[in-house]
Amino acid sequence: MTAINYTDKIPNNVNLSEDRTLQRALEQWQPNYLKWWADMGPDNSQNLEVYLRTAVSVDPQGWAQFGHVKMPDYRWGIFLNPAEKDRKIHFGDHLGEDAWQDVPGEYRANLRRIIVTQGDTEPASVEQQRHLGLTAPSQYDLRNLFQVNVEEGRHLWAMVYLLHKYFGRDGREEGEALLQRRSGQEDNPRILQAFNEETPDWLSFFMFTYFTDRDGKFQLCALAESSFDPLARTTKFMLTEEAHHMFVGESGISRIIARTCAAMNELKTDDVGKLRAAGVIDLPTLQRYLNFHFSVTIDLFGADESSNAATFYTTGLKGRYEEGKRSDDHMLKGGSYKVLVMQGGQLVEKEVPMLNALNEVLRDDYIKDSIGGVERWNKVIEKAGIPFRLKVPHKAFHRNIGALANIKVSPEGRVLPEAEWAAQVDQWLPSAADRAFVASLMGRVVEPGKFANWIAPPLIGINRQPADFEYVRFN
Amino acid sequence: MPEAQAMQQHLIDPEVCIRCNTCESICPVKAITHDSRNYVVDAQKCDLCMACIAPCPTGSIDNWRTVPRARAYSVDEQLLWDELPAELGPEQLSEIGVAEAPAPAESAASARRNDTTGETAFVASSCGSSVPPWSAAHAYTNLYGPRAPLPSIRARVAGNVRVTDLGHDYDTHHLVLDFGAMPFPVLEGQSIGVLPPGTDAQGRAHHARQYSVASARNGERPGYNNLALTVKRVLQDHQGQPVRGVASNYLCDLKVGDTVEVTGPFGASFLMPNHPCSSIVMICTGTGSAPMRAMTEWRRRIRHSGKVEAGKLMLFFGARSKEELPYFGPLQNLPKDFIDINFAFSRTPGQPKRYVQDVMRERAADLGALLADPDSYFFVCGLKSMEEGVLLALRDVAQQAGLSWEVLGMALKMQGRLHLETY
Repeated sequence: MTAINYTDKIPNNVNLSEDRTLQRALEQWQPNYLKWWADMGPDNSQNLEVYLRTAVSVDPQGWAQFGHVKMPDYRWGIFLNPAEKDRKIHFGDHLGEDAWQDVPGEYRANLRRIIVTQGDTEPASVEQQRHLGLTAPSQYDLRNLFQVNVEEGRHLWAMVYLLHKYFGRDGREEGEALLQRRSGQEDNPRILQAFNEETPDWLSFFMFTYFTDRDGKFQLCALAESSFDPLARTTKFMLTEEAHHMFVGESGISRIIARTCAAMNELKTDDVGKLRAAGVIDLPTLQRYLNFHFSVTIDLFGADESSNAATFYTTGLKGRYEEGKRSDDHMLKGGSYKVLVMQGGQLVEKEVPMLNALNEVLRDDYIKDSIGGVERWNKVIEKAGIPFRLKVPHKAFHRNIGALANIKVSPEGRVLPEAEWAAQVDQWLPSAADRAFVASLMGRVVEPGKFANWIAPPLIGINRQPADFEYVRFN
Repeated sequence: MPEAQAMQQHLIDPEVCIRCNTCESICPVKAITHDSRNYVVDAQKCDLCMACIAPCPTGSIDNWRTVPRARAYSVDEQLLWDELPAELGPEQLSEIGVAEAPAPAESAASARRNDTTGETAFVASSCGSSVPPWSAAHAYTNLYGPRAPLPSIRARVAGNVRVTDLGHDYDTHHLVLDFGAMPFPVLEGQSIGVLPPGTDAQGRAHHARQYSVASARNGERPGYNNLALTVKRVLQDHQGQPVRGVASNYLCDLKVGDTVEVTGPFGASFLMPNHPCSSIVMICTGTGSAPMRAMTEWRRRIRHSGKVEAGKLMLFFGARSKEELPYFGPLQNLPKDFIDINFAFSRTPGQPKRYVQDVMRERAADLGALLADPDSYFFVCGLKSMEEGVLLALRDVAQQAGLSWEVLGMALKMQGRLHLETY
């Protein structure tokens, strides 16, 4: 079933009305969700009419319908990809068995943990980004921010549906807790540290959507392989939405680069002071932001050696990225993988059992994917004829989780004494002065077709709308 | 038919694409692939179903270039791009054999989007079916060509007659090609490629030009392994500048007994329905009449065989003047109860211009009934510029008849009931 029932209070394509108990439970959660949105969703946005896409079905024709809606009226709901008939488990100890339509008792705790951890990031990012609307560089960007926000909200719905339907009372309690934790709040923070940092400016927002939402993509891809079929189907549909978030990040940075390069060519200078005086973000500052967001995000993949990761895999809860496209035995019992460790003051590779290194495998796939986009940014610089290249830093740079946590390594991968690190860190990570400069550029531009000075207009509009389209109607 | 059939090639803008894989995972015919650099669309596989358009988060998927079908950008070429190639201008298109400049490619998103009046705008070409009618016969395709065991097949010219009057600036020929003992099975609505001898200005061999088959499936002469083409000699480009179309002049000048290198057959959706109650509405201009002649002739041949019951034929045929109409004489001789013929002449001296869509609107009562009938099929062939007018006329006729164009248009497309072949 692909069509979405919009006559129900909660839009869904899971025949919600046939399961009264579940429907009632979710209908009780719904007002709490809306209250959370009113409290913690985008600041001062309740009355804006935003040009958003809404799914009317999960097939390609139906899932991107565009129109102006007030965000609180957005039809958040439960959308699963169509079921694959007779789907089999394709990795781990249960390889070849039928995929689970219900949660096996022995994996209940682990699955709940996976779903709660994923679910917690969704409202967290909305909270992190809630003040950005006040400094949007254009209507187009404001609309993209809001689209990202409402879809993160829908991803929360996706996870809460699983919790309510398959985890009984525990699940309902977890659903409530997801609305109670707050990003950055000391006594009740979000689960993952990266989601407790604030997103203070639009450069950080674009970096976050490029790097951190890409982590989301890889986690969702790994869960889309899960033996627990409802989780696989819901994450598959979430991936279609997630792609837009990475687009916002990649194109946002790309447009900042384009604007900076244009200013460099106009002024015929690469002098940071002159460029900053001209109101654009210099490329070395971009590099420092990139270093920060890349390193913080690769921490999200967890410890490089992890018995949890091994358990999740062998029990079939979480696969590898593109598990279905790989041609090994999908058991991985005998295999090994190289991880980086510090030994005698040097970074060396250490061979560890593959199953224990699955976090590292996913992290490496992620790094490869991230580099692709950075190279596309470099094409923009190259096209402008400027001899500068952005690079992702070394995997050991600025890490806080795993075997590489807290060792001092330069972006090139050189192990450093503490003093040398301290002397140079401002060249590698955004300094207070960098952040203050970027913050100074953040003024609100909301006249249709106008853009802040530090960012170029997009190459094409959303749904091919013209440049001066009114993406947001202020009432 | 034109010298080279133009097509709208679907391409992905590498400067906007973020390589998220959404399109590849959604494409029902696996036309989209990627390497570490680009995501690309294989023009041989893409059937323009548009399933990838809405889910693409970037808009990069919604790019179109007008190219001669035989020169579509290959997957290998696209994988090397850092940016999309420029649109070919009318001059370049005519240089490489596209006789008429199609309307500039419009994006599917602009077509989908509501305009300010709240009326849904549409791109005519996205209304056409990519599937054949359910009762169509199986079409053989690509038996000869670059990917087939034989790159081309030699045909002998068995006839070449002029079908428009002498002494005018137009010259249309009816050409019969015979394949002897070599297999070249075709159906009405399919086309073939002709390889003109010699090389172009850059010293490269001429690429193939496509022509619609104008004869019925069992041969121009029933029981013979031959087929007919309708070829208009191209003497001007669309700006009116003198230019000699390479293939059309080559074909029009052929003598009986000469040989021609041919590729194909091509086309697996612009095919006629075969069930006895199926009605066919044919809308064409100029040499766009070739497939209509083929379908009409096949229906004529089987008319008394019991294979046709309630099905009607209706033809809307436009040209500048009566004299320019190929096959005008023979058409007049067909029985009225067999085919309902409607002409539209845009340059008859002393009379207002009439286009096919004007005549279609005059016949709204009958067309409306046919649109409502699930056994009726619509075929449009001719200049690109007619497409939009014809489709708007169909939409208005449908609405007058109380039909929802939203619903009907989708049904026509999905059920293989509306076919567009324009150039």
